[in-house]
Amino acid sequence: MSTISGTGSAGSTDPGFAMRYSVASENLLVLAHIYTATAALTVGALFGLLQGFSRANFLALPAQFDYYRILTAHGVLMALVFTTFFICGLMTFATYRSIPRIRSVRLGWTGYCIMLVGTLMAASEILAGNATVLYTMYAPLKADPLFYLGATLLVAGTWFVAADILRNVISFGRNNPGKRIPLPAHACACTFVMWIIATVGIVVEMLLLIPWSLGWTSGIDVSLSRMLFWYFGHPLVYFWIMGAYLIWYNVIPTTYGGKVFSDSLTRLAFLLLLVLSTPVGIHHQFLEPGVSAGWKWLHTLTTYGVVIPSFMTAFAIFASFEIAARRAGVRGFVATVRWLPWTDPVFTGSALGMLLFIFGGFGGIVNSSYSMDVLVHNTMWIVGHFHVTVGGPVALSFIGAAYKLVPALTGRKLYAPKLALAQTWMWFIGMLLMSTSMHIAGLLGSPRRTSDVTYFGAAGAQSWHGEMVFAAIGGTLLFISVLMFVVVAVGTRLLNEPETQREAFAFAPAEEESMPTAPAFDWLGRWATVAVVLAVLAYMGPLHDQLSVRHFLAPGMRTW
Amino acid sequence: MHIHRSERIWLTFGLAMMAVFLATITTAAVVDGIVPPSNVQTIDPAKVSQTPPFDHPGLHKLANGSYEAYYVAHIFSFEPHHLSVPLGAHVTFYVTSTDVEHGFSVPETGINTMVTPGWVSTVSHTFTKPGKYLLVCNEYCGAGHQLMADAIEVR
Repeated sequence: MSTISGTGSAGSTDPGFAMRYSVASENLLVLAHIYTATAALTVGALFGLLQGFSRANFLALPAQFDYYRILTAHGVLMALVFTTFFICGLMTFATYRSIPRIRSVRLGWTGYCIMLVGTLMAASEILAGNATVLYTMYAPLKADPLFYLGATLLVAGTWFVAADILRNVISFGRNNPGKRIPLPAHACACTFVMWIIATVGIVVEMLLLIPWSLGWTSGIDVSLSRMLFWYFGHPLVYFWIMGAYLIWYNVIPTTYGGKVFSDSLTRLAFLLLLVLSTPVGIHHQFLEPGVSAGWKWLHTLTTYGVVIPSFMTAFAIFASFEIAARRAGVRGFVATVRWLPWTDPVFTGSALGMLLFIFGGFGGIVNSSYSMDVLVHNTMWIVGHFHVTVGGPVALSFIGAAYKLVPALTGRKLYAPKLALAQTWMWFIGMLLMSTSMHIAGLLGSPRRTSDVTYFGAAGAQSWHGEMVFAAIGGTLLFISVLMFVVVAVGTRLLNEPETQREAFAFAPAEEESMPTAPAFDWLGRWATVAVVLAVLAYMGPLHDQLSVRHFLAPGMRTW
Repeated sequence: MHIHRSERIWLTFGLAMMAVFLATITTAAVVDGIVPPSNVQTIDPAKVSQTPPFDHPGLHKLANGSYEAYYVAHIFSFEPHHLSVPLGAHVTFYVTSTDVEHGFSVPETGINTMVTPGWVSTVSHTFTKPGKYLLVCNEYCGAGHQLMADAIEVR
């Protein structure tokens, strides 16, 4: 069963001028997402650099620009803004390049504008010092209502983007009975169905936080708000990962003339991520009172389930490498590795990200392992872990993909490709240095989210400082790497002229398989139902416990 | 759908690994009682200072020879200050907050729990090594979070 890749027809009427106009407008929309993500990444990286220097005691931040304020900005800009905008752009692109658009781009633009307004609202409250609550916004720390409203709009905007993606996939199914959903569009649909299920948690939390921050309600149910946050908070991680996987499965093989290892297994991996991403959030709450140990054990079990699609993906990626190398007459491990296109920043970004993901996977199993979490919870280990995951495979693959997308969308050659290649290595080395130091500091007990860990020279804190110096050096390399990326991404648009002859963008085709993909893999509605049922089963008991124990509402506080 | 033989082996390896991990932590939980701190007990955060035994934070010796330590966390300090613990003591800590979310962590010991207003956290430890231990708040609680620390002295 071969896959439609980029050139397939949705069975629509003759596209004509309206379609060309729509493609140009859509390219602009995707570019808007990518450049907004780039802006968030740049500002976020500057703040990250300052935090690293502060923790290493290289500098003291002024009170108007204090550590916790820029830590909040760094977390929100990196974890929520950079990733979300990039994924919305990437997946709009992937959906509409594999299923040609038959409707206007208006819904997509509406989503983008709502996301942007929300981001600007939240960011201005953070920078004004009215929302120093970190990106987890744990109540009863009480931020200005505009911060919560901004965050809600950011999420609400993504629902418009989701609608724009899903309606195209749905009409493809209606107009093409018996035809497979193109593979990239299938991945995007799985990702956004999962995202809608997950974001219900944060939106319900906002429905508690906004009236409370406006003073309409006197207290907040702290533990319930935390459970709602983490119901959303862990699938958020898989939202990032699914973006990276889309690139690994469907884009990376094109850099070495390879194919997607298996159409059916790719679909299955995304479907498993759709159903297994949400019923896992309590592994972020292992050390909390008010949540009984049994539920924590259950969420350890469900979190382990995500190993299946992860292992499937690891296998598929390396199988695709090997098959393509063999076709080119290359055999053996070392020869295959050398044969891969290491001069291409698109490939190298993702490949180095995959290497970092090995560390991320190991650490993730530790974190999700029930009683083992006690050794690392709220230490710098966790900070090291999410930097080597969202800042490793996710960010590096996104940046690498941008080196393909920006030329495809602007119709221009990539500016300074050697700088782009050096950027990926700079990021890799910087991240390896920073995250390793953070992991070690965490094992030594250094707490996370703390501006200064000297504790008046206490003996127990002395082993931490050296690691913070290494982390600051790694952070410096990362900051330089971000600047290099900005030069390439902006230079491509501003300094290179449009090319008249450009090769059209195409996703990787899939290998021929002996058995056709089962039609059930395209029954997204039923898989979505399974995902909802699993989420309900995993949270029914914990939520019932929360709501049935009589507990106290906390008044809001501004402790910064 | 066809799954290649080497992929079957690879996936079986992955699943077996997770099964071993799950069996290990479950055995540790059931046999040795190693579970994450999960006390389910509420307290009015506005009335902590009037609620016994939190009205007298500190170390209390029980009839069976073990100890209980009652701690109140609030911005940006812990009560009691400078706890003295006899060497070899088995101490169960009860910690609650009067304001925002805090952390309660003694890095060299494995004592680590979140402290949520409205709830009482518990965590136990046997102090077998003498010395001055650093107790830190490891959840962001506000502008003075980096100052929120204390000492536990074991002798």
